[in-house]
Amino acid sequence: MAVLEMQRISICAMKRDRKAILEKLQSFGTLEVNHVIGDDPDFVRMDTAGQKMGFEKAAASADQALEILEKYAPEKKSMFAALEGKELIEPETGRKVQEERRELLKTARAVYDLDREHAEQLAAITKLENSIESLTPWLALDVPMKQKGTKRTSMLLGSMPGEMTLEKIYEVLAEKVPDAAGVDVHIVSAEQSAVYLAVICLKEDSAQVEEALRSEGFARPAQVWDDVPAYQKKELEGQIADCRQRIAQIEEKIRGYADQRENLKIVADYYRVRADKYAVLGQLPQSKRTFVISGYIPKNSAAQVGEYLTGKYDCAVDIEELKEDEEAPVILKNNPFSSSMEGVVESYGLPIKGEIDPTTIMSFFYVFFFGMMLSDAAYGLIVAVVCGILVHKYPRMSVGMRKSLKLFFYCGISTVVWGVLFGGYFGNIVDIVSEKFFGAKVVVPALWFVPLDEPMKLLLFSLLFGVIHLFTGLAIKGYICLRDGKLMDFFCDVVLWFMLLTGLLLMLLPSSLFASIAQMTIVFPEALNTLAKVLAAAGAIGIVLMSGRSNKNPALRIALGAYDLYNITGWLSDVLSYSRLLALGLATGVIASVINQMGSMLPNNVIGGVFFILIFLVGHAMNLAINLLGAYVHTNRLQFVEFFGKFYEGGGRPFNPFKENTKYADIKEETLS
Amino acid sequence: MSELGIVYALLGAAVAVLLSGTGSAIGVGIAGQAAAGVVTEDPSKFAKVLIIQLLPGTQGLYGLLIGFITLSKIGVLGGGLADLSVQTGLLILAACLPIGVVGLLSAIAQGKTAASSIGIVAKKPEQFGKAMLFPAMVETYAILALLISFLAVSGIQV
Repeated sequence: MAVLEMQRISICAMKRDRKAILEKLQSFGTLEVNHVIGDDPDFVRMDTAGQKMGFEKAAASADQALEILEKYAPEKKSMFAALEGKELIEPETGRKVQEERRELLKTARAVYDLDREHAEQLAAITKLENSIESLTPWLALDVPMKQKGTKRTSMLLGSMPGEMTLEKIYEVLAEKVPDAAGVDVHIVSAEQSAVYLAVICLKEDSAQVEEALRSEGFARPAQVWDDVPAYQKKELEGQIADCRQRIAQIEEKIRGYADQRENLKIVADYYRVRADKYAVLGQLPQSKRTFVISGYIPKNSAAQVGEYLTGKYDCAVDIEELKEDEEAPVILKNNPFSSSMEGVVESYGLPIKGEIDPTTIMSFFYVFFFGMMLSDAAYGLIVAVVCGILVHKYPRMSVGMRKSLKLFFYCGISTVVWGVLFGGYFGNIVDIVSEKFFGAKVVVPALWFVPLDEPMKLLLFSLLFGVIHLFTGLAIKGYICLRDGKLMDFFCDVVLWFMLLTGLLLMLLPSSLFASIAQMTIVFPEALNTLAKVLAAAGAIGIVLMSGRSNKNPALRIALGAYDLYNITGWLSDVLSYSRLLALGLATGVIASVINQMGSMLPNNVIGGVFFILIFLVGHAMNLAINLLGAYVHTNRLQFVEFFGKFYEGGGRPFNPFKENTKYADIKEETLS
Repeated sequence: MSELGIVYALLGAAVAVLLSGTGSAIGVGIAGQAAAGVVTEDPSKFAKVLIIQLLPGTQGLYGLLIGFITLSKIGVLGGGLADLSVQTGLLILAACLPIGVVGLLSAIAQGKTAASSIGIVAKKPEQFGKAMLFPAMVETYAILALLISFLAVSGIQV
């Protein structure tokens, strides 16, 4: 239950060791670079932006080549590829690839060029196909389209919209150009929306004839071909075939590069790591012969790193505590069980300075509530076993994924416990199967009680767990106040509320309202009743008087206090919110029984048995999935809204060390010293 | 007219399933449109947006839960119909109303919230935990309604 303590480490070393030291620091991955030296005439910063960009570009081009390879020759991946994590390669392989890096970049370039040509060829095919389409209406024409006519005649090619008939065109011509003699109109082809014409007329009439036809919508073709349309089409088709052949060649060639995939991955990572290194290098203040690197380092590794560096290089290492006002980056450090819940806290926000890491306390409530909401022993077992196997089988999966799976593993175990307490095994599968197939109803007794039979009892327990959870949150707030020596805050914001809430609770327990809900009467001794009233009254008065204490104006102060007292409704709604523990638990159980019931309505023979199993598998898989989701979401909500609302804000900055930030493969760690 | 008792009770079960199921269908539909939009841009976010899309679906399950309990209470499932007075039948109908009505409206509201949360995941996938929380806030009220419906139905003596 802690935030790892940070220190500042400053290393001053000779420039000749710069590369070695930076690479060592990067492979340690324990330092977040953060320079405090401002502008100083003795120190200059190198401009590495150019190199950095060059490396980033190289990494990007390798990435791009990999993407292209994936498109043409998809890598075979198992269903659980996401769990496998990054590969681990031998340092020897890494070095070999680094030596070939220029060659590999050329390969990447070649792959990229091939892909571009592929796209160009595809575009060319589309264009050729469009040409063929525009050529189609003219296929019946047996002279070249660019033919203008003969010595005395001219040929007009074009289309007219609508359903024009030969008669109609002659009519138009007769009407508009009565003088033109010997006009010969051919319909080359006709479609629903247009007719395609070849009109032959005397050269001197051609302008008038065209004008006349144009008034009826005649238009020349957009594209005119040199050749006879039928030949032209053949030629275009030949070109398309060429393009397709070239595309096949390109695809073959790209697939041929598939064996370079691993090397490209390594080289992409190599350039990525180098780009990071140059980014850091650009921030280093450097004098003529020395350079300084400074940043945050976890206290537990500071001394080790310092000793290693001073032992190996000529350098001065200075480790100091952080200044008061410095906001250090955060790493959470918890026991193996609770650390699996760190992801949950991270998704809400890391603790800021002065807050405590809530992970450890939260982790127990988390697992407890999760199990209560899912509350089916069989479901819990499935979740725990699946997560357990995955964690065991894929040791290289990413840290975040491992934590999540471990979280569900523990939650699954808790679910098994709650399932046994409440007697839920796939809902009521044991009753149903024993009655249907074996004739005798066997009921697995619940270790505690069956929620469906005594919902009020479970509701009360849910609210009780809620009160415990909320009081824990308030107590943590008290602890923080005490630790920081804010006694006044501790008394006003924590003790007074405890008094008020405890008093109210004690007043509620013997009341008739509680008796009617719980169906049992609690009788307190008179002294306790009086004490309850005193506590509640004192708490309430205290809150009214003290909550607005930062305000000097007495009237305003009382008003603010009264407003703060109104928060009692907030507490009420917080506590009632825990009724979801009951509701979600019931939902799992009842829907599971609906599935079982559906199965049991089938006839009692082989086919019925098969369908029973089918319904069982599909139904319970769905029920498990949706209730797992529900339990996860609502457990998070109880932690984030109800619990964290009492004492925790979050908003800390995660530790972002200078490290080998690879994407595809990690190189096996060489011996440290 | 005492035969009408069982009709009212069955009507209650129908109302619970009908309204909340409709609400969930609409809610999941609204969220689904947003989810599909995100997946066209970035297919790798499929799992995350699917989870958020599912959130407004729970109201339908709560309705089913109440409907099922009502059915088994009035004996429709077991074969022997219970002999209900009109008053008891109406009581059961009334008990089914909370999850029906709240389920309908809250699922639609939750669907809209889920659609917005999917927007968060589209732009900031690392904020998934927070994005999931907003629709869950809406669901609280469906859970409260479920609780009252459940307690009422199981409390009515047949």
